[in-house]
Amino acid sequence: MGNRILGALRRLSELGTLYYNAPYRAAIARAKRDEEDLFMLLVFSEMMGIPNPAAWSTLELQPLLMDRFHQWHTRMGMERSPLDHFRCC
Amino acid sequence: MSAIVLLLLGLGGMAAGYLFYSRFIADRIYRLDPNYRTPAHEYEDGVDFVPTNRYVLWGHHFTSVAGAAPIVGPAIAVIWGWLPAFIWVVFGTIFFAGVHDSGALWASVRNRAKSVGALTGEVVGRRARTVFMIVIFLVLLMVNAVFGVVIAKLLINNPGAVVPVWGAIAVALVIGQLIYRRIIGLGVVSVVGVIALYSLIYVGPKVPIALPEQVMGLSASASWILLLFAYAAIASLLPVWMLLQPRDYINGLQLFVGLILLYGAVLIGNPTVVAPMINDNVPAGTPSLLPLLFVTIACGAISGFHGLVASGTSSKQLNKETDARFVGYFGAVGEGSLALAAIIAATAGFATLADWEAVYTAFGKGSLTAFVDGGATILAGGTGMDVGVAATLLTVMAALFAGTTMDTGLRLQRYIFQEWGEIYHQKWLTRPLPATLLAVASCLLLAFGAGGADGSGGLLIWPLFGTTNQLLAGLTLLVITIMLVRRGRPAIYTLAPLVFLLVMTLFALLIQLKSFYDKQDWFLLGLDVVVLVAALLVTLECAAALKKAFREPVEQA
Repeated sequence: MGNRILGALRRLSELGTLYYNAPYRAAIARAKRDEEDLFMLLVFSEMMGIPNPAAWSTLELQPLLMDRFHQWHTRMGMERSPLDHFRCC
Repeated sequence: MSAIVLLLLGLGGMAAGYLFYSRFIADRIYRLDPNYRTPAHEYEDGVDFVPTNRYVLWGHHFTSVAGAAPIVGPAIAVIWGWLPAFIWVVFGTIFFAGVHDSGALWASVRNRAKSVGALTGEVVGRRARTVFMIVIFLVLLMVNAVFGVVIAKLLINNPGAVVPVWGAIAVALVIGQLIYRRIIGLGVVSVVGVIALYSLIYVGPKVPIALPEQVMGLSASASWILLLFAYAAIASLLPVWMLLQPRDYINGLQLFVGLILLYGAVLIGNPTVVAPMINDNVPAGTPSLLPLLFVTIACGAISGFHGLVASGTSSKQLNKETDARFVGYFGAVGEGSLALAAIIAATAGFATLADWEAVYTAFGKGSLTAFVDGGATILAGGTGMDVGVAATLLTVMAALFAGTTMDTGLRLQRYIFQEWGEIYHQKWLTRPLPATLLAVASCLLLAFGAGGADGSGGLLIWPLFGTTNQLLAGLTLLVITIMLVRRGRPAIYTLAPLVFLLVMTLFALLIQLKSFYDKQDWFLLGLDVVVLVAALLVTLECAAALKKAFREPVEQA
């Protein structure tokens, strides 16, 4: 009995979350992507000639962001990597 | 006349419409197919295209289409007596709105979930799409202007609601942060949010806030309108998760709570409908029922705005094509039941006929204020709640609906300006801030232009708003009709509502044109001419497109 009530509550909460999120999925995904693009710009800023005081830390992140870097530059309208020393495709 | 009878007749009629008529439309006319692969599955991407549980989807659809408009329209239209408004809401929901909303879903699902705007361009023609953009812009412009005026009136009418109405925004901001940053789960947040909101409603009447009558030469009403637009402009520029999303969620909860409370109170208290069945004694200057009734009540009977919601978001999430009947048609039934509640509140919430007549002294009077005051009396009688608290509860509900529509409306208007900026290579106009300012300026011009310096007459444009909304519905019905004709199916079920709408719309515009001319109100006359031109363009498009469609051979069965 208790389990069934708990199960029903859990189901209700799932439906509620769906109700809360569904209408805004697209807008939020877009906002998240914009935030990520800004982050990419910060991480790769030195290579584009923008001084970055945190270059030591962001340098370590670059290999981790390789996949996303490719997606990013294609989304920004550049078919090939825009950076001379940083080839991903 | 007992309000319970009215309620049961109305709900019974709409339920029968859903059970029988919508089944006929879904099976025989649209021929919804449970095996058709909907765009939600075909293009599933976890963002726009997501197959969604039909009850959840119905919840959205219903709460996005139901707002303040299905309350304002009926609460104005009962000036002709309760019967005309009642008949139009019930029959409109059954034969117009339900068919239109489920049809918009079907049309969109069968066309890769495109929006009605894009469909008009594809199915009817490019010229029709331009007309469509203009009509949408007019709808948004008018709804924003009117709602600004309406909320200002509500806040002046009930100073006790000022704290909860603005406090609700703070509650929404906190909820938004809590959920977005995943600090606590939705269940707890909902409970806490609802408790916070209702505590504010309880406290509100104890700390009434009224603006001084004159601030820098502006009346209290004008100051509220300016404040509301300043708020809406900021809200429409914020990311959606911050304010709009949690507000929508709270509104959804409020809508269900409000409807249940109102219907419950009617059933327990059984108030008497004091307004006349048909009002023979309408105040001087009230326009004739035919055709004005059909544009005064747009949302609640049929509304083009639903087509935008159905084809814009709902169609991308439809799990099965057959769900279109439940989501679209039953969504319209939900809105019809809200309009019915508004009719009951505005006719049965008064002690005597004289009290009712004291509120409905001229066309455009009553509206949300009558809904709030009448509804509060019913709530207090049925549940034993304090009248002040009940009035605050309904004011908050109505103001939140109208406020959310305002900031969504401004956002959409901004997108249209930005799009125009791109089309006409005006770089400055493509930025959010200038586009928003331009949108706000156009709304303020309308609110004050139509209503004078204190914006009090803004409700005069309500029927004009109804007309543009009906034009939008007409365009959606045109798309559906052409699709039906091309498939060789009976088109009468969408063609008849389309013709009826266009005739009533044109008729209403001409009647109003004369009345504005007689009053020498050149501003509204100009606006009427603009809408009339749009209406003529829509009618010509319809005639041309239908003629072509009937001549062409049938494409597919």
